[in-house]
Amino acid sequence: MGFPILSLVTFLPLLGAIIVLLLPSSSVRSIRIVSVAVAALDLVLGAILWAAYDRGAGGFQFQEMANWIPNIAVNYHLGVDGISVPMIFLTTLLTPLALLYSAYTIKDRVKEFFFLFLLLETGMLGVFVALDLVLFYVFFELGLVPMYFLIGIWGGAKREYAAIKFFLYTLAGSVAMLLGFFYIYFTTGSFSILDATARFESLRPFGSNFAAVSLAFWGVFLAFAIKLPLWPFHTWLPDAHTEAPTAGSVILAGVLLKLGGYGFLRILLPVFPSAFHYWAPLIAALAVVSIVYGALVCLAQWDLKRLIAYSSVSHMGYVMLGVAAAAYSLNAAGQEVSRAIALNGAVLQMFNHGIITGALFLLVGVIYERAHTRDLKAFGGLGALMPYFYGFFLVAGFASLGLPGLAGFWAELMVFRGTFGIMPAYAIVGALGIVVTAAYILWKIMQNMFLGQPNERWAGLPDMHSWEIASLAPLLAVMVFFGLYPTPIIGLINTATTAMARALALVL
Amino acid sequence: MSLGTTLTLLSPELTLFLGAALVLALDLSLRGGARRAIVWVALAVPILAALLALAFLWGQQVALLSGMMVADPLALYFKLVAYGCAALVILGSPRYLSDRTDRPGEFYLLVLLATLAATLASAASDLISLYLAFEFLSLVSYVLVSFLRGDRRSSEGGLKYFLYGAVTSAIMLYGMSLLYGATGTTNLAAIAANLRGPASSLRWLAVPTAVLLLAGFSFKIAIAPFHQWAPDAYEGAPTPYTAFLSVASKMTGVAVLVRVMFVALGDFQPTWARVLGAFAIVSMILGNFVALQQANIKRLLAYSTVAHAGYIMVGVATAVLAPRPFNGLNGVLFYGAAYLFTNVGVFLAVIAVEQASGSTTISDYAGMWRRSPVLAALMAYLLLSLTGIPFSAGAFAKFFVFASAIQAGSFGLLLAAIGILTSVVAAFYYLNIVRYMFFERSEAESPVIVNRSVKVALAIATAVTLIIGVYPQPLVQLASRSAVMLGMLF
Repeated sequence: MGFPILSLVTFLPLLGAIIVLLLPSSSVRSIRIVSVAVAALDLVLGAILWAAYDRGAGGFQFQEMANWIPNIAVNYHLGVDGISVPMIFLTTLLTPLALLYSAYTIKDRVKEFFFLFLLLETGMLGVFVALDLVLFYVFFELGLVPMYFLIGIWGGAKREYAAIKFFLYTLAGSVAMLLGFFYIYFTTGSFSILDATARFESLRPFGSNFAAVSLAFWGVFLAFAIKLPLWPFHTWLPDAHTEAPTAGSVILAGVLLKLGGYGFLRILLPVFPSAFHYWAPLIAALAVVSIVYGALVCLAQWDLKRLIAYSSVSHMGYVMLGVAAAAYSLNAAGQEVSRAIALNGAVLQMFNHGIITGALFLLVGVIYERAHTRDLKAFGGLGALMPYFYGFFLVAGFASLGLPGLAGFWAELMVFRGTFGIMPAYAIVGALGIVVTAAYILWKIMQNMFLGQPNERWAGLPDMHSWEIASLAPLLAVMVFFGLYPTPIIGLINTATTAMARALALVL
Repeated sequence: MSLGTTLTLLSPELTLFLGAALVLALDLSLRGGARRAIVWVALAVPILAALLALAFLWGQQVALLSGMMVADPLALYFKLVAYGCAALVILGSPRYLSDRTDRPGEFYLLVLLATLAATLASAASDLISLYLAFEFLSLVSYVLVSFLRGDRRSSEGGLKYFLYGAVTSAIMLYGMSLLYGATGTTNLAAIAANLRGPASSLRWLAVPTAVLLLAGFSFKIAIAPFHQWAPDAYEGAPTPYTAFLSVASKMTGVAVLVRVMFVALGDFQPTWARVLGAFAIVSMILGNFVALQQANIKRLLAYSTVAHAGYIMVGVATAVLAPRPFNGLNGVLFYGAAYLFTNVGVFLAVIAVEQASGSTTISDYAGMWRRSPVLAALMAYLLLSLTGIPFSAGAFAKFFVFASAIQAGSFGLLLAAIGILTSVVAAFYYLNIVRYMFFERSEAESPVIVNRSVKVALAIATAVTLIIGVYPQPLVQLASRSAVMLGMLF
């Protein structure tokens, strides 16, 4: 075992949180500096991880293994592959930016805020590095608590309702997942994800254990579907995202939703391939409903933040569609390419959605801090008034609707290309979502906010501050860079997804 | 066995008895400020008993006093839980008592006697010693619940507890007499042997007897439908004793239930486990849903302990006496220790608030983050442990119990499913307290000052909850080892 970089990247924020806890709550300045510095340092580690991952070798790297609860075969087992590395990078990128933004906007209970935020980062990173089901579960739940407080203390008017709703929905999912994990344990005799991936299917062939395996499958599915969120389990999301403070929304949409998508790819698909295959048409249908319904609901929103929140339901539906299509293609010969493309698209979509929606929520924060309203009808003509803001929103918005040349395009292309080769009907209906997305971005947001007659009310509104630009510019740079040159990230993801596509083909 | 060996093995009980006598003597003789010494003596007694128990009982597996008692790892485990609970409760009591009564010495005397009774019951291996210890604990408890003579709720709680106790105790005694009539013996192991051999024609009696016994044990553990005394007794009792009731007294009931049901009636587990499982279902549903509507934190915690008793019973109902990773019993034992630190910790926080504000109403916890941030944070953490959120002892406790249930066929799956669904319900009312503490603002802005002994006790409880939550292996090992030894009695 070499240098424990995964433990370091995971627990560095916790260390930062403890330092923040020890600082007196009056020294607001040092709390802010320490928090942003620690998160930035973690970003450096995340970038090093990206660079150091050996693409030629593939597989799980930087593994760490130690006994945790030997009586029940639970290990502290960490490792990352081409799916988790981008997710870790995404987390370590969004957190310092969200913290930088918060350093200027959070004035109340500063110490608690930064403590909870850093704790949250450890929870999220832990999920992406865990290769043990129990470890995965504890980190999955750990993220719940800080986010509950972030929404409940610093949130909007209905924050208490949104906070408890978020907590209860997610908890309900994760306890169901726990029962599924027990079933895996009693089948394979260990909580190792790698063990389960390799052996569960052979020990519990789906056909002969249809009811039991299906039950375990749906138990685990529920947790990730709620987190993703998939229609009809999405109802917590509009409330939580709308009521959360800006940085909280950024992380909720940017990273926490990815825990669901990541769970599908890391656990559900590899451990239960035949169950997933069997139920794939139903799941793909739910994904298509999410895509189209989410987009249509966006069209009906007049609250900017709520609109962006619903756009997540739609955009995360692409992820589910890609994974479901890959699962559906399991016993179809000649679809390996489509399967790998669909999986690549799903992972890339998670990364892009994190960057794009993170940026959009920051932009919502920028305007809300100034105007104290998010009502789209109240705006108009902001383009002339706030050119920087307009420009930033334009780029992020176009990335969100999948304009070629920006990051969002590639992921949507790959998801639909992959799905089209496997389940064309679903792809065609799902593609309607793209059209509606263009409609709500261009019509609802761009037209209502930036074009038209300037509203007298906003005459004196200042353009973006330097620190707002600083928190947003890196995200836009990523969108443009991966939009023009996606090879580095697709190459990385591809190391994991092609291996997975091949391994899944062997199962049946 | 020589008298010397017997005395060594009983040294913790003798310590408690002599310690209680010493507290009584000091209470009668000391005057004025010197009386403060009583607290330290009372605190030293369970700690000394725990050390003696660890020194002399560790790894022992012998019968004592002609089979009336045993010294085995199971008994030792429950004794340690009782000692730990007594020590934390005594540490949390002084300010609370001096504000409310002029005779705190009696309280410590009675708590030590209750601890003695609890430890005797968890080591009893004969129906007679078991019944005596059980009644000893009950009688001391009735007095302690109604300890605040000036407070009508205290008297009411004590009276209700007594009336329920008298009835269920009679039912239990009836069951014991049937068992004795059928087998001609009161020794638990001999009962099992006779039911297999000479008394096998009366085997049909075992099941109705089991139900009668379960009624008595369930009363002590506060399992639905024998829980009705709990809300009033919990609310009326002095809060430190409520903490004792919710942990030491409850776990004594669990110890006795496990020993009697598995040693004497283990052959009939498939039948009585169904009855117990049904009780568990009712407890989990009723406890959690009724807790949702409580405005008083002591009543809320009373219903919450009913629910937790249900979770523990899921472990008992699905237990198998085999050295498996998840055999149910190790989950039950783990739960006991986790619950000790978590729940007593929550009650210590309740004591702290009650001392400062005189209130046990949940809405009076509003704005606690401003009035005492550390207290609010620790209490929130302990409530999350009760909810079962990871990196706390409570999470692994539920984890073990539900894992054992999953193995036990479709009935076990039903128990586990109800268990997890009601855990989500529980999250709502635990977090409601957190909501008041952190999201609301209070009218009163005065800081809540916590006195030192409560601080120390609360710090210990929280620290241990966290340690178990991060590195549970030592406790898992201890619980598994203690649970497996029960199977070796036969």
